[in-house]
Parts: sequence; C-alpha cells; structure tokens
Amino acid sequence: MPQEKIVGQPMLRKEGVAKVCGRAQYIDDLTLPEMLYGATVRSSIARGRILGIEFGEGIPWDEFVIVTATDIPGDNEIALINHDWPCLAAEFVNHPEEPIVLLAHRDRHLLPKAVAAARVSYEEWPAVFTIEESERGEPVVWGEDNVFKSFLMEKGDVDAMWAGADLIVEGDYATGAQEHLYIENNGAIAAFSPEEGLTVWGSLQCPFYVHKSLVKLTGLAEEKVRIVQVETGGAFGGKEDYPSMIGAHAALLAMKSGKPVKIAYDRAEDMAATTKRHPSRVRHRTAVTRDGKLLGAEIEIALDGGAYSTLSATVLSRATIHAGGPYFWPSIRVRSKAFATNCPPHGAFRGFGAPQSLFAIERHMDHVAEALGLAPDELRRRNFLKTGQTTTTGQEIKENIDLDALMGRALKESGYHAKRGRFARQNAGSGMKKKGIGLASFLHGSGFTGSGERYLNSLAAMDVTTEGKPRVLVSSTEFGQGTNTILCQIAAETLGIDYEAVEMGPPDTSVVPNTGPTVASRTSMVVGKLVHSAAVGLKQTLLTSGLLQEGYTTGEFVAAARTYVAQHGALRAESRYQAPPGVHWDDQRYRGEAYAAYAWAVYVAEVTVDLATCGVEVDDFVAVQEVGRVLNPVLAGGQIEGGVAQGIGYALYEKVVLQNGHMANNQMTNYIMPTAEDVPPIHVFFEEIPFGYGAFGAKGIGELPHDGPAPAILNAIRDATGVGFRAITLLPEDLFVELAVREPVAEAAL
Amino acid sequence: MSDRLHAIRFTVNGEGRAVQVPPMKRLLDVLREDLHLTGTKEGCGEGECGACSVLLNGDLVNSCLVPVAQADGAAIDTVEGLGADERLHAVQRAFLECGGAQCGMCTPGMLVASAHLLRKNPRPDLAAIREGLNGNLCRCTGYMRIFEAVERAVSSTSANGASEGRG
Ligand code: FES
Ligand code: FES
Repeated sequence: MPQEKIVGQPMLRKEGVAKVCGRAQYIDDLTLPEMLYGATVRSSIARGRILGIEFGEGIPWDEFVIVTATDIPGDNEIALINHDWPCLAAEFVNHPEEPIVLLAHRDRHLLPKAVAAARVSYEEWPAVFTIEESERGEPVVWGEDNVFKSFLMEKGDVDAMWAGADLIVEGDYATGAQEHLYIENNGAIAAFSPEEGLTVWGSLQCPFYVHKSLVKLTGLAEEKVRIVQVETGGAFGGKEDYPSMIGAHAALLAMKSGKPVKIAYDRAEDMAATTKRHPSRVRHRTAVTRDGKLLGAEIEIALDGGAYSTLSATVLSRATIHAGGPYFWPSIRVRSKAFATNCPPHGAFRGFGAPQSLFAIERHMDHVAEALGLAPDELRRRNFLKTGQTTTTGQEIKENIDLDALMGRALKESGYHAKRGRFARQNAGSGMKKKGIGLASFLHGSGFTGSGERYLNSLAAMDVTTEGKPRVLVSSTEFGQGTNTILCQIAAETLGIDYEAVEMGPPDTSVVPNTGPTVASRTSMVVGKLVHSAAVGLKQTLLTSGLLQEGYTTGEFVAAARTYVAQHGALRAESRYQAPPGVHWDDQRYRGEAYAAYAWAVYVAEVTVDLATCGVEVDDFVAVQEVGRVLNPVLAGGQIEGGVAQGIGYALYEKVVLQNGHMANNQMTNYIMPTAEDVPPIHVFFEEIPFGYGAFGAKGIGELPHDGPAPAILNAIRDATGVGFRAITLLPEDLFVELAVREPVAEAAL
Repeated sequence: MSDRLHAIRFTVNGEGRAVQVPPMKRLLDVLREDLHLTGTKEGCGEGECGACSVLLNGDLVNSCLVPVAQADGAAIDTVEGLGADERLHAVQRAFLECGGAQCGMCTPGMLVASAHLLRKNPRPDLAAIREGLNGNLCRCTGYMRIFEAVERAVSSTSANGASEGRG
C-alpha cells in the first residue's frame, strides 16, 4: 500500500463538530432581518387549462406579496437540458402540484390558510399516468409522441446471433418510484436589491445549476446572481434540479417585495411536489449456450419521466449503458425510451437510472442460471468482463479488474454455499419461515457519461488566506457524503501539511470556480484530481519563491504562505479538467469510452420470508466492492452502508402510491423507510485497486451501493420461496398474492 | 387554536427561561423561533422521524408533538445542552469518531436519544440500542455507525468512570 499519512486515514469529518453540537446551520435555521415567508399555490389537477385564480374570503390579501408567471422578468423556465419546464404554470398545467401562484407574508403561520383560500379553476383535460398509457399515446401530452428521449445502443450482429443459441430466456421486470426522503426538506432564502443583485442561499447540490437557471429567469447579468449553498441535510440527487425551482420562487418573491424571502417546504409538500426516482419497465431476451456462455441479448428499457423532460435524457442514458451489467456480451442491442406522463417530473436519485436496469439484469441472470441448471454465481463467473474485453458500448476495459475475486470474497464472507445448502434442507420442512440467500454483481460508471466531463470543463482552485491557511475552492458541495473531508485530505496530503491546517472555501458562486455539479459519483475521482493538481501548483509556487524549503513543517508552510500573500497580494493555483488519454465517445452511436472508470461490486443478501405474514426480513448483508483507492475508510464505509439501507427500502418498504399523478402517501407515516430495527448487519469490504487517473487512485463510490441490494434481496426471496418476483417495491401484500394463492413452485424457465 | 399569548416558564439546558407565546405553539417552534435554539430539527412535523427529539423532565419526546403549554414548569434538554467543542459529551465524541453523523440532520435528535438511552440503560446490547433509537430515522448512514458510536460511548464512559458534559 502507498505511504500516504492523511489519504486513506479515518480523518474526522471537517464540519463534524458543528454537526454533533447542533451548531451547523441549515436553511431553515437562518433568518434575515425583515424576512418574509413564501408559499406555493399548486395545481390540484393533472392536466388542463387554467381558467382563473380567485383570492377567497377571510384573508388580508393586501398584506401579501403575490407572484404569478406574469411577474417573471426573463424566461419562464427552469434551465436544464430542454426548455420545457416552467417555473410557474401560466396557461396550462401538466401535473398535480405544479406551481401556479407564489405568496409571501411576514407571518409564517398565516400562509397555509392563504394557500387554501387561493382557488384556481381549470378546464380539465385527459391525461396519462403510466408508461403503458403514455406509450399508446392516448392522448399525446408532450411533443409528437410522448417520448422525451430514446437511445439505440448496438454491439455485434444481434440478428444473426439468435441462430446459434441453445436457449433463449425472456423476462419482464419493473421498478417503482422512490422518494429521497432526505431528513431536511427543500428550502431556500432569496434577497434582492438593484445594486447588490440577487443572492440565493439554499439546501442544494449544484450551485452553478441554480445560477444558470436564475440568470435566465431574472434576466440579470451573471455577476448579479450569487448562489450560496448552506449546510444541506441530505440530498441523494433530490437536490440536484429542484433547488433551481424553489430558489427561483424565493427569488421572484424577493424581487417583487424588495424583502428577503424564505421558502421552506414541510414534509408533505416536499414529498408531493419534488422529484422522485424514475419508475421503469425493462424487457430482456437473452441467448445462451448450454455451457452457460452469454451470446447476446435484446433489452428494452422504458422510463416514466413525469410531465417535463428535466434530467430524463441523462437518466435514460445511464440506464442504457448499465443495462448489460458487468458481463461480456459478444452482441447486444439496447433500445430505451423515456416517456412523458402527467406525474410530477421524476429526477435524479442516487444511481441515476442504473438501479433500474441493474435490477432487471440481475434478476434476469438468476432466471437464466435456473434455465441452464447452473448456480447463480457460476453463470455470472462464466461471463464476467475481464481486462482487455469490451463493454456494451465497445469500451475496452483497460483497468486491472478481477470480478472473480470480488465474487469469491463475497461468497466467502457471506458463507454463501454452506448457507444455500442448509437453507434448502431447512425449507423442505413444514415450518412457515423460509430462508434464502441471493446475490447481485454489478458495475457503476464514475463521473459524467461520455463527453460529459469534457463539456463540463471543470475548474478547481486553491488559495491561502491572509493568515496563510490554504483553502480548497470548488463548487462541489457537502451534503453528508464527505466532500469537505476528502478534498481537504487530498489537499493536505499533496501540500505535505496537517489535515487540520487546510480549510474549505465557501460554496458560494461569487467565490469559487465552477467545478461542475456534485453528482454522478464524480467528486472523489474527478474533482479530487483537480484539487490535487491545484495543491501541487500552490506548493510549487511557494517552493520556487524561496520562502519555503523542502522538509518543511506545517507551521513553516503557513508562515511562508502568509509572507507570500503579504508580498504579492494573493497566492492561488488553478487546475482544469483534462480527459485521461484514449477517452473517445460517439454521442450519436453510443459507442466508445462511456466512463473513465467503473466501480465494481458483488452483494449478498440473506432473508427470511414468513409465509404466515408474507413479511420479509433481511437478516444479513455483505457488500464487497472495488472503488479504487479508499480515501477515508469511515466515510467510504458509511456511504456503502447508507446506500445499502436505501436499497433495502427500495426493494421492500418504500412504495410511492401515485393516484392520478398525485402522491397519495406523502407522509412519513405511510411512506415507510427502514428504521434502526429494520436494517440487518451490513458488512462492508473494499478490494483496493488504485485507479491511475483519480486522486490518489480513487474512483466513484456514492451511487454504487444503491444498485445491488434490490436484485440481491429478490434473488434471496426466490431462493427462499421458489418464486421469482419481478417487480419492486415488493410489499407483503404483493408476496401474499403469489405465496398464499398458490403453493410455492419453481417457476418455468422460459 | 388560541392565539392569545401565555407566559410560559421552564428550564432549558439548566437555565431558567420565560416566553410569551400562544399555548398551543409547538415546543419545537418555541425552541427554534423564540429561544433561537436551532439545533433541534424538524423532519416531518408528525412524530415519525425523531429529528425534533428533546428531553422533557428526562423523558424522550418529539417536540413537534408537544404544545408548549405542556412544557410549562418543565425541564427541557436539547442537543445544545449535551456538550460543545472541548467538552463534548461521550456520545457526541463517539458519533464524530465513528462516522455516526453524515448530513447531520438527524444527528441532534439521534444524540439526545442516545444520551437518554445510556442514562436509562448504561450497558445496552445491540438489540437495546436498535430499540432505543427506533424512533429516530436516519437516511444517510444505514445506522451501522450510529450503533457503533453508541457502543463506543458505552465503553468510553465506563473507562472514564462518567460521561463528560451534561445529559
Ligand atoms: S419533526 Fe418531530 S418527529 Fe419528525
Ligand atoms: S446523517 Fe443524514 S439523516 Fe442521519
């Protein structure tokens, strides 16, 4: 192992003391002088034309600031990929909870009454609520054909391949929506004056996304719009695009009133109105030989994108690229489409399309194995990608990978084979509790897809304060994953000084350069590398200035930096993204280097299914992964465990009930996430193979753990009951339908 | 709900406080808005998440469900009273070291619940820890490191004889 003293060590979380003392300030903890509170009047129907807005009795309306679409100075849009997402509905509504009117008042407690008294009348139009309804185009609610985006990804001669198959296995799989359920709801504060411009503070992941959106919305010059991230209480993708919406709403109220305005959603509003994970339907048709070699496949993916296109195209892209799993396919065709429905827009959620398509392939692999009479681990082993082979996009794997070893470790740590045999014997008895064990192997691409990182063209910097303290200047944000800590570790290690001596600059667009959004498992690998280069630059400047000599202490470094700033006015170094060599991507044909690197994993779940109650308990969980170098074992372990717990929720607990596009269970009492008593022991293991182009060998980690739990758990349920369930969320009532109605039988192979 | 203001007196983190507030105002809002103790968080406002956990006369309660009138004359303990900086409570230190806090939003409630658990049961086993914290939801950690932190706080307090700070 390398000799680093700070990287790879369990350094304490930078903002940890403030958090454990209750001193960390989140958006709803902040108050500005004369601040008003804002609230949102939303559509009560799924689709139609707005006929009028009536401000009803009993409310002192003259005390309220009221904003509608006509008050928007610039473009009425939340700028993302397309231009279809309005900030406020003007004439038409396309989903329940679509914002129509904004209200602000000094008394926070008066707002709910005012929202209830503002009545919008509509001419209601027919709508579509599922992938199937949207696909039939009855009616068309978006564009020509309800399709936001489609991809066709092809490798080898798929049509000719079927002739050589000994066996063809088909299967349909489906996943439901999922709510992020960050414990802190969305919120923003905006302040405006013509001289100072607009400032928005918010709970958010991507300050420059909000910046871009607000410049278009307000028509203000770029330097007149300033976005500041405050302490953010969890995000998981849920604060990637929506903060542009709530930030825009606070901004419009602040600009109209001339006073600072805070909008803080309560739980019910946050759950009903903000984005969720895209529901999916995935169809597999797979050709194999008798001895278990995958010959080829045809995969069809459909995502429900909700009413506006938002991030659906990129979610679909990741779903498409991950659809084949970590296997070598001589030929494969993936067709994918993201459909419009009249549900609130679905958005980014940890994994970003990959959990959906990996659920399908990993459930399907168990059915293929069964059809061949092979053990699930054996079929996977015979088809794992190896160094030198090509992925579904034709990308040659140049990293040193050993999926066989990951599988071996996962089987050993979980006692897979011994348990499988023992459970089979026990389950043959008449007891009502059946035990099972299942696995999933998968990959997750680190960073933006294809040319994405090149387009982002990220810039990171380091400078030193007048006291000589080095600061990391990035737009990458902390929301629990450990950005502050790992970037300071990287900087301190590179500068050769104590971790405590390095601090983070403020996540404020008027101070830090645009390092790109904090998404896509890119912070450690991509941004970390930029911070490393900037730190090298800073150190070089000091060494060549003659103020610092090799072999320095932290104190000497700080003193030299202080002197340098006093003499020159500033000390700053920047670093811009450069793609690793040999990264080529063809956006038209979807061929080439989809990601600079992949993280790899094998997860094993052990379950008990109670045939009497149809309840499933996850008894034990083993997560083995290779994410390159682990920069901080405590934070990395915590990322994996947290992702696994969310994945367990995705599989077994968290059902978003959509009724005519409206979330019917938008409360923590009826949308259930795992509690301290629900999660099994989660055993986390890392195989470390440093990646040559990441900071100190790091690859992406944040999203990976959400990909594996759902298929591993459903594979374990099949092992326990003989029933291969093909859809999540899998609630006891869904098990009841299958298990109570018919005796458990091994399902047909084809 | 009566909007008439009532004088409420209570002890918060060992200090006598008096506020003029509507009697049905939530204890959570009084702490956050009137006393500016924003360490106590709101996650759901309906008694499900435990982010608003405080001690009321030594009992663990969800302050979003307590009308402040019920706290008249009571002793309230919040995360701010546990300890700070150089004088961290054993559970605060353990959460910091074990990675028990990620985004930190559940953390104040989780710490108050952990300290309460250790006061009732100085040597909880894992099952008791899981039960003691089952009213506090954490979306980030998957709970493993929170359990580990409570276990570490147990061993550090038994090694030191007593926990530091209050709580
Ligand atoms: S805010 Fe009180 S329990 Fe969630
Ligand atoms: S640390 Fe984020 S909710 Fe617990």
